[in-house]
Amino acid sequence: MSQSEQARRKVVIELQNVKRNFQVGDETVHALRGVSFKIHEGEFVTIMGTSGSGKSTLLNQLGCLDTPTSGEYLLDGVSVRRMRRRERAVLRNRKIGFVFQNYNLLPKTTAVENVELPLMYNAAVSAAQRRERSIKALQMVGLGDRLYHKSNQMSGGQMQRVAIARALVNDPAVILADEATGNLDTRTSFEILVLFQQLHRAGRTIIFVTHNPELALYSSRNIVLRDGQIKEDVLNPQVQSAAEALAQLPVPVDD
Amino acid sequence: MNVINLFKIALRAIAANKLRSFLTMLGIIIGVASVIAMLAIGQGSKQSIQANIAEMGSNMIMIRPGQDKGPGGARGDASEMQSLKLKDYETLCEQAKYLAAISPSVSASGQFIYGNNNTPSTVYGISPDYMEIRRLKVEDGEMFTEDDIKTSAKVCLIGKTVADNLFPDGQDPVGRVIRYKSIPLRVIGVIKAKGYNSFGMDQDDMVLAPYTTVMKRILSITYLQGINASALTEDMTDQAIDDISELLRQNHKIKEGDEDDFTIRSQQEMMQMMNSTSDTMTILLLVVACISLVVGGIGIMNIMYVSVTERTKEIGLRMSVGARGIDILNQFLIESVLLSVTGGLIGVLVGVGVALGINVFAHWPIQIQPWSVLLSFAVCSATGIFFGWYPAKKAASLDPIEALRYE
Repeated sequence: MSQSEQARRKVVIELQNVKRNFQVGDETVHALRGVSFKIHEGEFVTIMGTSGSGKSTLLNQLGCLDTPTSGEYLLDGVSVRRMRRRERAVLRNRKIGFVFQNYNLLPKTTAVENVELPLMYNAAVSAAQRRERSIKALQMVGLGDRLYHKSNQMSGGQMQRVAIARALVNDPAVILADEATGNLDTRTSFEILVLFQQLHRAGRTIIFVTHNPELALYSSRNIVLRDGQIKEDVLNPQVQSAAEALAQLPVPVDD
Repeated sequence: MNVINLFKIALRAIAANKLRSFLTMLGIIIGVASVIAMLAIGQGSKQSIQANIAEMGSNMIMIRPGQDKGPGGARGDASEMQSLKLKDYETLCEQAKYLAAISPSVSASGQFIYGNNNTPSTVYGISPDYMEIRRLKVEDGEMFTEDDIKTSAKVCLIGKTVADNLFPDGQDPVGRVIRYKSIPLRVIGVIKAKGYNSFGMDQDDMVLAPYTTVMKRILSITYLQGINASALTEDMTDQAIDDISELLRQNHKIKEGDEDDFTIRSQQEMMQMMNSTSDTMTILLLVVACISLVVGGIGIMNIMYVSVTERTKEIGLRMSVGARGIDILNQFLIESVLLSVTGGLIGVLVGVGVALGINVFAHWPIQIQPWSVLLSFAVCSATGIFFGWYPAKKAASLDPIEALRYE
């Protein structure tokens, strides 16, 4: 994707000199020291950084779980900075899909019901629509045959697929993944990556926060964070195929 | 989120911890059950006391000598206790309006003997009107007559208990002569059995004789120990009392402004007195029951706190996918209300069961109050909201970032 082509696309996320300070005792911790970038529709961005680099704080900002101390954050053209708690909850419900490292599924609850969760908090969606859209989202992540499996009857990879389906179900402006492959073995990690690449090709905007530099090979753009500032922001001209990488992995031997 | 979904979530949370939910409800169950059982017993005894008093004659008026100075007060000297005379009775007989029946009352207690058998009892000296006042009936034989009164005849009627004790072989007591001390009394009738009253008194343990007989032959007194009467109707009781009071004051030449030397009580007053006693008991029991409801509520609060802490991560997740504070608040509030109302429902059943059980096994009279069931329900819901509010508020105000990170 060339620079000019990128410029024509719609801006989904725009950060303007975002700063976030925390008061710890008498000291002020500067977690973000002025971060600015734009993310366009259809990008697959990895955000990298070591622990303490401010990537969790940035993720909370992007996910509207927190507001900046100063600077401006526009999500899909809407200013988040001055939003109240309640308004941000609604914004998260309509515009953002979260995928967490530890899946965060409701215990003892079926896949479909887990996926339905975001739509439960949207009064505009009827129960029938909710069920229909959830089943569709689960089919999209390849779990069409496990709709009614409970969360404790599934493998890690399957649980993460359910979590991705849940992030997709409200048709969000952006999918925010927080170390989404962190708890999975290599093979399953690649399977999940394949899924993310499929979603990317289908036009989804994905932000993937990780400390694993290897993942940058599979995204279209990589932002590196250090000490609360952007150290590097580069486009990846040659996105590698996770599916090919998966095929080259040694086939697991059944004992 | 709509209410049906909130209910589903709450039900699932309760079902996921069945034993814990049950133990939480136990406080409420015990509280509600005791409120309902206590009220049923309280109201039941009140009703049975009222029925008993009505059975004794709700129009009854009792005149006693001496001024009743209230409970614990001095009763005055002996002469004051002799202020009622036969003349008073005669005056009332002739002049008192609003009275259906009137009878003098004197009594003596002691041993009654027939052959080898003897029994302690009380002989009441009365006129035939007494039967109407106390709603008694002669079963065998007949009542004594005005002639018997004039001649102080040595005749009597005996109650069922006395008859059973003196004639254990089932002989017919009528016509036999029993003795009170050295005085022979011929039994001319047996009174129809009434059984025990609600104060545990045997109403059949008595002997009735003409008042003249008891006054002259047994007690050797010239005054009356009391006069019993009954008003024409219950509504006329107050008028009858005023009328009697007026006549007696004239007879006793009591000046305007001086105190009566007699006391008039109506059965209605007695009833009110008994009612206030049983009301006090009911209130006392209710207070105890309400305390247990509050304790139950605190139990719910405690468990809701545990539940909120345990599900911090779930709360974080729900918030991250768009649950507002109010959604979380409602979720936990409904859970606690559901716990308390379910507890209340079981409590109502247990309470009714306990009340019925007491009725069947201990033979206590009960009356289940429909309003007590409704009240318990309202109190339970209020308890759920009141004690669920603070934990729910805590859940709703969690920071989603912190909650998601909670392990």
